[in-house]
Amino acid sequence: MTLRERLRQKISAAFYHHGLLCASYPVPIILFTSASILTCCYPLLRLPLPGTGPVEFTTAVRGYASPSHNPLGDPVERPDWYRGPPVAYIQQVLVKAAVSPWGSNLLPVDAFRPPLGQVFTLLEEIRNHVHSDSSGVQSLEHLCLQVTDLLPGLRRMQTVLPEHGCLLVSPGNYWQNQQELFDSDPDLLKTVQKHEPKGLHTSATLRDLLFGVPGKHTGVSHYSKKRVVTYTITIALSTYDAGFLGSLRARLKQLHPSANCSLGEEHMVHVHFKEEIGIAELIPLVTTYIILFAYIYFSTRKIDMVKSKWGLALAAVVTVLSSLLMSVGLCTLFGLTPTLNGGEIFPYLVVVIGLENVLVLTKSVVSTPVDLEVKLRIAQGLSNESWSIMKNMATELCIILIGYFTLVPAIQEFCLFAVVGLVSDFFLQMFFFTTVLSIDIRRMELADLNRRLPAEAGLPPPKPGPLRPREAPPPPRPSPHTITLQTPAFRNLRLPKRLRVVYFLARTRLAQRIIMVGTVIWIGILVYTDPAGLRTYLAAQVSEQSHLGDPGGGGGQPPHLGGMAPVFPGGDPAKALSVLPAREATPLPENQSQRHLAPGRVQEQPRGPPAATQVPWGAEDEEGWRRLSFRHWPSLFSYYNITLAKRYISILPVIPVTLHLGPQEAPETPRHPQDARLPPDPIPKFSSPDLQAADLTLYKVAALGLAAGVLLVLLLFCLYRVLCPRNYGQNGVSHGRRRRGDLPCDDYGYSPPVSEISPLLLRGHSMDIECLASDGMLLASCCLAGQIRVWDAQTGDCLTYIVHISISLGCEGRDPCVGGDSASEDEGGGFPFRRHAPPLRPPLFTDQPDLTPLIDTNFDSRLPPSSVHAAPPRGAAFDYGGLVERAYTEHEPPSPAAYPSPSYSSSPPTAGFANCRRSPVEAPDRGFACGPPPAAEWEGSVWAMELRGNLIAAGRSSGKLQLWDAVEGSLRCSNEEGASGITALAFLNNRIVAARLDGSLDFFTVELNKPPGLLQYRGAPGRGSMPPSPCYSSDDLISCQLTRSVLCAHQKPITVLRAAAGRVVTGSQDHTVRVYRLDDSCCLFTLQGHSGAITAIYIDETMVLASGGQDGAICLWDVLTGSRVSHVYGHRGDVTSLVCTNTCVISSGLDDLICIWDRSTGIKLYSIQQEVGCGDSLGVISDSLLVTGGQGCVSFWDLNFGDLLQTVYLGQTSDGQGVRQLLVLDNAAIVCDFGSELSLVYVPSVLEKLD
Amino acid sequence: MSRTLTAMADSTPGGYGSEPGPRPAPGPYISAVTNRTTNLVIRGAMLFSVGVFLALVLNLLQVQRNVTLFPPDVISSIFSSAWWVPPCCGTASALIGLLYPCIDSRLGEPHRFKREWSSVMRCVAVFVGINHASAKVDFANNVQLSLTLAALSVGLWWSFDRSRSGFSLGVVIALLATLATQLLVYNGVFQYTSPDFLYIRSWLPCIFFAGVITMGNIGRQLALYEHKVALEKTHQD
Repeated sequence: MTLRERLRQKISAAFYHHGLLCASYPVPIILFTSASILTCCYPLLRLPLPGTGPVEFTTAVRGYASPSHNPLGDPVERPDWYRGPPVAYIQQVLVKAAVSPWGSNLLPVDAFRPPLGQVFTLLEEIRNHVHSDSSGVQSLEHLCLQVTDLLPGLRRMQTVLPEHGCLLVSPGNYWQNQQELFDSDPDLLKTVQKHEPKGLHTSATLRDLLFGVPGKHTGVSHYSKKRVVTYTITIALSTYDAGFLGSLRARLKQLHPSANCSLGEEHMVHVHFKEEIGIAELIPLVTTYIILFAYIYFSTRKIDMVKSKWGLALAAVVTVLSSLLMSVGLCTLFGLTPTLNGGEIFPYLVVVIGLENVLVLTKSVVSTPVDLEVKLRIAQGLSNESWSIMKNMATELCIILIGYFTLVPAIQEFCLFAVVGLVSDFFLQMFFFTTVLSIDIRRMELADLNRRLPAEAGLPPPKPGPLRPREAPPPPRPSPHTITLQTPAFRNLRLPKRLRVVYFLARTRLAQRIIMVGTVIWIGILVYTDPAGLRTYLAAQVSEQSHLGDPGGGGGQPPHLGGMAPVFPGGDPAKALSVLPAREATPLPENQSQRHLAPGRVQEQPRGPPAATQVPWGAEDEEGWRRLSFRHWPSLFSYYNITLAKRYISILPVIPVTLHLGPQEAPETPRHPQDARLPPDPIPKFSSPDLQAADLTLYKVAALGLAAGVLLVLLLFCLYRVLCPRNYGQNGVSHGRRRRGDLPCDDYGYSPPVSEISPLLLRGHSMDIECLASDGMLLASCCLAGQIRVWDAQTGDCLTYIVHISISLGCEGRDPCVGGDSASEDEGGGFPFRRHAPPLRPPLFTDQPDLTPLIDTNFDSRLPPSSVHAAPPRGAAFDYGGLVERAYTEHEPPSPAAYPSPSYSSSPPTAGFANCRRSPVEAPDRGFACGPPPAAEWEGSVWAMELRGNLIAAGRSSGKLQLWDAVEGSLRCSNEEGASGITALAFLNNRIVAARLDGSLDFFTVELNKPPGLLQYRGAPGRGSMPPSPCYSSDDLISCQLTRSVLCAHQKPITVLRAAAGRVVTGSQDHTVRVYRLDDSCCLFTLQGHSGAITAIYIDETMVLASGGQDGAICLWDVLTGSRVSHVYGHRGDVTSLVCTNTCVISSGLDDLICIWDRSTGIKLYSIQQEVGCGDSLGVISDSLLVTGGQGCVSFWDLNFGDLLQTVYLGQTSDGQGVRQLLVLDNAAIVCDFGSELSLVYVPSVLEKLD
Repeated sequence: MSRTLTAMADSTPGGYGSEPGPRPAPGPYISAVTNRTTNLVIRGAMLFSVGVFLALVLNLLQVQRNVTLFPPDVISSIFSSAWWVPPCCGTASALIGLLYPCIDSRLGEPHRFKREWSSVMRCVAVFVGINHASAKVDFANNVQLSLTLAALSVGLWWSFDRSRSGFSLGVVIALLATLATQLLVYNGVFQYTSPDFLYIRSWLPCIFFAGVITMGNIGRQLALYEHKVALEKTHQD
């Protein structure tokens, strides 16, 4: 034993024990896991919330020095981004200017034209300020942040934003920092407004950038009540020079003192910006997430064969996600702060960790033997996959470790997270997911147990503890012939709500409509806000109506604004040159600028205190930039292709400047001639474009919000309607009430008359009915005793009956019962004829009525009653022979060796049942094994029966094909060419196809010895889907000739035979389905696709072919091409019957589940839990009505929604009898094989309701 | 692929004629799917669209590498690359995706390793991740970056392919693509910001290799459907 094997064994054993542990104590383990997840996630609370908002950090101005790149010591109170110099130092000069006192001769324009005009003076002052100290002469040119070109996409901003020089912005930029342009501007507001972007904008606009305060605080409008104009001059500095800034501050304060200003100057604020995510960055991110979801979808789709697929898929996703969270939490706990963008690496982490292990575990556990205990199943499943899980995990860890040694920080961090995530994922898989899986498996077994409770009553009691089955109360049995509304507890129908939601969405095309509405709204907004759109038109209308519309229109624009006038400092070298010499020529630092200022128009210096009360300074002015959008600075810098992402800027304390302009000075400022034409009084329509814009924005947002709210309400309403199951009931009620007047028996759902659906009992058979056949008008049944009775399907009258015994007696004149009984199985060659002799037996067996009670009592005494129900009918049939023999042994015990009895007669009954269920050879079809009737042995028992016209075709175990007249009960014809027993018959037109036990297929032709012109045709009753069948009169001589025999149609016995639409389809135990043409018995296709014996086939006139096999698979085939169009696994165990409608496929299986599948997509719509032993009794009345049999009742289901419409109880006395066969006649009567009785149920009301 | 599935499912109820001819003509869909050429065209179209999509997204990643803040007219930058890049990538991926199953069948060794869509999705995700890493992660030097990406690409092959034919085909195609790119750059059609391997970036072959493996994976998975259809066709006698 190598080390590897030993290791493998150890791992396997460990996993086995672990699985046992998990399955034994699910609740404590889940609690423990949840607790550990929460504990590990706790450090996540300390992490900052994700977002792109800026982060601030405040330091004192005094003693400030640019932080170094590597922080030494003193890590406290310093955010980790506070390293190295900032991108820029922002120095704002906050100007508040007012014209006071306000004179009556002043125009509204005067409220802001003179104050704005002052900006040029101030700018000049700031630009020319020079500070010299011991280190040298400092000027703004040296200190400021030099910017280069604007981004290429911003050509239209070239006129207003500085290029190739200092980044210094102020309202003066609107006029290229030139006083002359300002003075000649006829409409200042229009100039300002011109640069505003169209549409909804939340980020910083140009106006905000230049004014440096939010738009509504500037006071630049005709309506400013306070008549105080506020703006800033914003200077971006690349280096911090305390001396220069101090002297600038002092100088400005000295020039324009602000008396009541108490703004703090001590603190500078550093603002750190996160990485911004643009649309372009979002696209790859969204792509990765889409791929991630596709991965999760495709992975979880593979979870199968569990109780709740969705629950397990959710558990798998939870496992992965919480392991990621745990990994982040643990890493944070140990001091490793995540620096990567979590949203970006998250999909890759999920992909690396993967869902594979979870799926492998599920698959492994599910594939363990079902009959084991849950604990053992979990343990076995775990230990089976232990080696591969450990191997995969080791491989992944190795790969990640290799990645760790790339020594790239980002990859290292990723790998670290991945390692911790992998380990925690393993932990969670082992504890959390395994436990959830065990709970799920247990739930499934409980459901099974509930269903099979009667059947397993004889087995040892189930495990105590969590395995205790909940006893379902027996359904309340009402008085006979009544209709219950309540669904019995047994019938737990899983309502496919989520399917309904999906279907509702698909049906109403809700998503498309919402998208369409959204598109319409969006287009509307676009049309409205488009530059050439509605809004301009409206604005033009408005301005035309107001008499002061700009007469010149667009032509009134000052021509210089359109041009490429050089921006003040940098763009014009001549100007720069003219400034520079002046500065060099004047070494006087303090007064140098004053000399330049001296020739200025306004001399503010002597003024100051008198009007100071009019300009308020408040605490909010101290950090006025806070009122700006947080994108203000990033967008300003982004225009120059400087990113602030992951970097920071330092904002220096503002320099307050107060300007007071006397009323006499205000007019001195040169007014533009057009200013006078402005109205003296504010006119609302014209005046405030900014207010208007703000209002419009508000309206738009409100409208959008309203629309969204309405949509949401509608959506919720729709969802409610979809999810509320009462909806359907209500529909039915209204429907019923509407039609109540003309159809008195329509209102089936409420207060139904007791006699509305009364099953008609057809009595007469003395034993259980085995074969049923009908052609719509007549109904033939054959019981275990070999008696064939023919009934009128309309009235329920017994027309005739054929007793084989009498015939055989008449023919042979032998003691019928004894010989036929013991030698009923044809393979026994030499019969012990000596058993005929004892005189005791004739009273026992000569006539049927005497035999029945004996058999019955024997049956009941031998078997637990529940087993009788659980057993399929053929099982009872097989044991019948054995039981009769027991009857013999009771009366006269002979030597057991004298009986050459068939193998199954000696086996105990339960084993016989198991044998029947398991081995298809002995029980290929339900028609296969009628019990050995006490008829003559040469007759054999009836294994298959068909009824067409008035001919009954009966196939016998001896290989005989007999044709009986259904009305007269006379044998018309018999064919004895085949030796092997006929297992299935198909009678179509004048052809009979017989499948035999040895796998051969015989085609017979029924011929009348009469000219065919005399053949009468009887009209097809009911729906008319049947072809008219010839009616053979009793005078005709009928012969049945073997036209062709396909000797080796299948390698193994043929189990199913169906014929329709000119095709004969056979299914066999050799896993294949063959399609023959009825006319020339030519084999068209051999359809392979099943991995088990074929147990059910459906074909109808529309050539829909479906087949089900022992593997639980259902295949849909194209009969024309022989290709398989659909393949689903539906049942655990055999598929026992199949029916197709136009839209769906209905299948039932040995697991007593009826599944309804969508025929086109192969998706399971829903399933109906049947009662034990009634699984294969189902029929479809119309396209939307399904009938299933239950314990002594039949139920009607709405096929479209899976609602139980009605349950009809068939009788009072026969509680334990299950409906084992169900035949739907054309006139919508349902014939149920119900013990030894037949029930004829007419459902006129249901049909009328549904049609 | 989902289109194929739905189409496959949708066409089941229709197409049942009732004429009992000896060998009835197959329905339009069945004949379309079983027809090799049509199938090839469908697969090629799917692969082409996948290639175009990936090219657009990954190109965007590369474009972003130096630009973090975008001007307001950001939508136009999605198509910032030349118009011919996505069609070229699409065509190449279609060719590769068709070539892989073809070679598999020629060699007679069908690819059996992890043949399911979830694995394919995982592969695509890892491929995007490799691109992401090449664009976003700051490496100390180019050699390290290239080596890391090479290791990742080989890891991709090991995780999702593990066939010798896949590896060799990937290497050959990656070399050819690198050569083509060299020629393109040499002729000045476009250029890289900081070439370190003649005219291109040295990690380009690794990206090409990973892309070939990914597209081959998708192509094989798509071919599986055709294989199934063909199998059923042979089964029908």
